[in-house]
Amino acid sequence: MRLAAAACAALAATVLAADPPRSSPLMAGVEFQSTDVRALQADAFANPGLLWVERGAALWSAARGERAIACAACHGDPTRSMRGVSARYPAYAASLGQVVDLERRINACVTENQRGAPLAMESQEMLALSALVARQSRDMPIAVEIDARSAETYERGRQIYFRRQGQLNLACTQCHDASWGKTLLAERISQGHPADWPAYRLEWQSIGSLGRRLRACYFGVRAEMPAYGSSDMVALELYLARRASGLVSDAPGVRR
Amino acid sequence: MIGRLQAPASVRHGEAFEVRVLMQHTMETGFRRDLNGKAIPMNIIDKVTCRFAGIEVFSAELGSGIAANPYLAFFVTADASGELVVEWSDDRGERGRSSAKIEVR
Repeated sequence: MRLAAAACAALAATVLAADPPRSSPLMAGVEFQSTDVRALQADAFANPGLLWVERGAALWSAARGERAIACAACHGDPTRSMRGVSARYPAYAASLGQVVDLERRINACVTENQRGAPLAMESQEMLALSALVARQSRDMPIAVEIDARSAETYERGRQIYFRRQGQLNLACTQCHDASWGKTLLAERISQGHPADWPAYRLEWQSIGSLGRRLRACYFGVRAEMPAYGSSDMVALELYLARRASGLVSDAPGVRR
Repeated sequence: MIGRLQAPASVRHGEAFEVRVLMQHTMETGFRRDLNGKAIPMNIIDKVTCRFAGIEVFSAELGSGIAANPYLAFFVTADASGELVVEWSDDRGERGRSSAKIEVR
């Protein structure tokens, strides 16, 4: 018993010790964008990401799967039931026995509760539903819990963040901790805080998930891109979310 | 097709008010090719019309140079209360419609 307590204390100590170094002042990604882009994100009508939120709201109340039930049948009004949910993700899902991101959690509901075909990652339907859920946490601080069940995933995410990768041999930290605010090509380097994803990227002419954005970073340093929803991707997303704790959630964001 | 329409619920007689429209559309230019090298056919919203109380008050013809998910804003005046209807159609013949009731004081 005493041994177990000691082990728990040691685990708690490692989790605390591994808490991320944080930039000061802590800045959301959109703060590195031009005034035009910031105005578009703040516009409650013209933000193009809201088209997907609207589509998500229609999907929310449409019956799906073998059991022909809608999301709304269990979860009711998303503005109440999904309030604050995305601010806690990625999170450990007991039913799946692992840490999952929001998209994977939505798919678990689709396949197990509605008995439908899983939605493809990055499909229009998945983006619409994740944008709808993420929108409900608007103005709430990101608060991702790291406990004994997610500590291992968190640690792996931390290692990925500090590991040099790709032909350019760069680690995430070299840009997003050591060089934020500097100019890279035509962009200002952000602090890498995923406060408002999924986001509408003008370059994509579409909304996209955080996974898509992370893959673009991997592409940029010429590294092998992790698959959507893979354990590496979720681990990195978890580390980034923890690193962004306290920033205000504002999905769907807008980026250049 | 999903679209959003914003207009004030009530306006003063003869006062110009802003109408904003946001339409979800890929606005495929016809110049792109898919991963197999096959040309993706052009498909854009080619016509947007706005009617107020049955009378056309604004129309636009969009070209392939317009980005995906087009956003339009324009000003309209009204003499009497009525329904503002915005309709659009693309090259495949798909249609979208959004409307709002406007009361003139």
